[in-house]
Amino acid sequence: MISPNSRRAVVDRAFHGLFLLCTLISTLTVGMIAIYIFAEGFPALKEVGLLDFVTGTEWVPPVYFGILPMIAGTAFASLGAVAIGVPMGLLTAIFLAEIAPRRLALFLRTAIELLAGIPSVIYGFFGLVVIVPAIEQIFNVPSGSTLLAGIVVLAIMILPTMVTLSETSLRAVPPGYREASLAMGATQVYTIFHVVLPGARSGIMTAVILSVARAVGETMAIIMVMGNAPALAESLLEPARTLTANIALEMAYASGLHSSALYATGVVLLVFIMVLNAAMLYVNRKRGG
Amino acid sequence: MNKSVLSVLAAGALSLVLSGCGESSAPDADAVSVSGSTSVTELMEVLGEHWHKQSKVIVEVQGTGSSAGIHAANQGTSHIGMSSREVAGDELVSGVTTSVLAYDGIAVVVNSSNTIAGLSTAQVAAIYRGEASNWQDVGGEDLPIVLVTRDPASGTRVAFEDIMGLKAEDERGNIVSTIARTAQVAPGNGAVKMTVAQNSHAIGYISLGSVDGSLKSVSIDGIEASMDTIADKSYKIIRPFVLMHAGQEASKNSEAFLTWLLSDEAQNIVSAEGYIPAN
Repeated sequence: MISPNSRRAVVDRAFHGLFLLCTLISTLTVGMIAIYIFAEGFPALKEVGLLDFVTGTEWVPPVYFGILPMIAGTAFASLGAVAIGVPMGLLTAIFLAEIAPRRLALFLRTAIELLAGIPSVIYGFFGLVVIVPAIEQIFNVPSGSTLLAGIVVLAIMILPTMVTLSETSLRAVPPGYREASLAMGATQVYTIFHVVLPGARSGIMTAVILSVARAVGETMAIIMVMGNAPALAESLLEPARTLTANIALEMAYASGLHSSALYATGVVLLVFIMVLNAAMLYVNRKRGG
Repeated sequence: MNKSVLSVLAAGALSLVLSGCGESSAPDADAVSVSGSTSVTELMEVLGEHWHKQSKVIVEVQGTGSSAGIHAANQGTSHIGMSSREVAGDELVSGVTTSVLAYDGIAVVVNSSNTIAGLSTAQVAAIYRGEASNWQDVGGEDLPIVLVTRDPASGTRVAFEDIMGLKAEDERGNIVSTIARTAQVAPGNGAVKMTVAQNSHAIGYISLGSVDGSLKSVSIDGIEASMDTIADKSYKIIRPFVLMHAGQEASKNSEAFLTWLLSDEAQNIVSAEGYIPAN
């Protein structure tokens, strides 16, 4: 007979092993993806040269491989989306956490969380049939498939991330802070901006960074609304291509050096995401310390 | 008790997941694998099903793009590679043989509201180079032109560039596409169609088989794109559907399938599907 104690120890150890195994699998996957992309992208980086690859403005496969237009496309589309989506998301989060009655907040929050579950191809379709024609009408341009259309679609897509995470961190601010501020005669709006927001600062920063990461990584919706021209856009009303779109558009057809150049595009994208994650670690460390 | 049941379940689930990773879809030894151009894939799937009914041999068709099809035939990773453009001799390793399955026309399409009925080759080329940027320049209304093109390795784009003279040597001595860099790039035939059908300023090019009432195809040098004008080769923008047979990987089944594809029976199916038979 096994004693209950030793049986418990065996079960315990088995679970420890299981936890470790799961962790190893997910960690190894990240490592393998990085190694694979670097290995496949290396021939193109070597042939073209890293500097020429990231500063070149001509993308004419299989002759010229310069991805500056795509780097700019990703940067402008994400920054534009953040410029619209972050303030809007933050103000929504404040409304839900601080102002709206409990029932209304519950209803609105459910609606916003639903937004997070909509597949990106549906956002793309919405952009194509609503936002693109609207831009054509409002700005009187021949084609609405522009950087601006991408920005608007991305801004909507990052709202759920921004709202949910900001609201959680606003709610985590101890009620005593608000009470103290109100007791000293401050108005509610003054309390929100001078007491609650600073208290939730690091959580909101995390929300902003995750929103940027979401915008940088989005592919399908962007391909459908941004026109995808591999040229530097001179205004918001011109088509542009992002790094993700560059890979997704050409992967199926590419071979040889062209294919390697797309992996190298992936390397640049990976670096983008790594920088964002590093920024998030930095923000979170300050909160912990 | 509950805990141990749970742990057994968890371990079982995990081993299932792990074994799932190891199981790659090993190709059927008798099956014929065909991969390449997405434009040819549609037709090849129909042909493969007909062949399967007769011979009981499975035909696996994958649409990976013309360049990938050429690559697959060279590497021997597929029995047969498909390309929707001419394949130059130096693109193939020795031992790979080519045959033409069918011909397909590329239609130049505009929005249904466009008043233009026909364009010359030179006008289409000027539009795509970005030299003509208003429909007025080519005899239409005073409206800007919105260019829609395909990604650079698409067989349709390569064929279109070759036939319309949209390739030139640049200042660095490389042969490059002269299609304006600011042209919108649509991911696939269907996306070009959708953009042109929706935007009254747009011009695009798609496989003739895909043209329908949502947009309008313009005549080129006075010749309407149709089955007849492609068959008698009077319509200029036509391209072959090329099959490449990988020499070293050839099997009895792949050879038999290829022979059947060029038979009258298969060629009748080609024509029923809206393409021009090879002979």
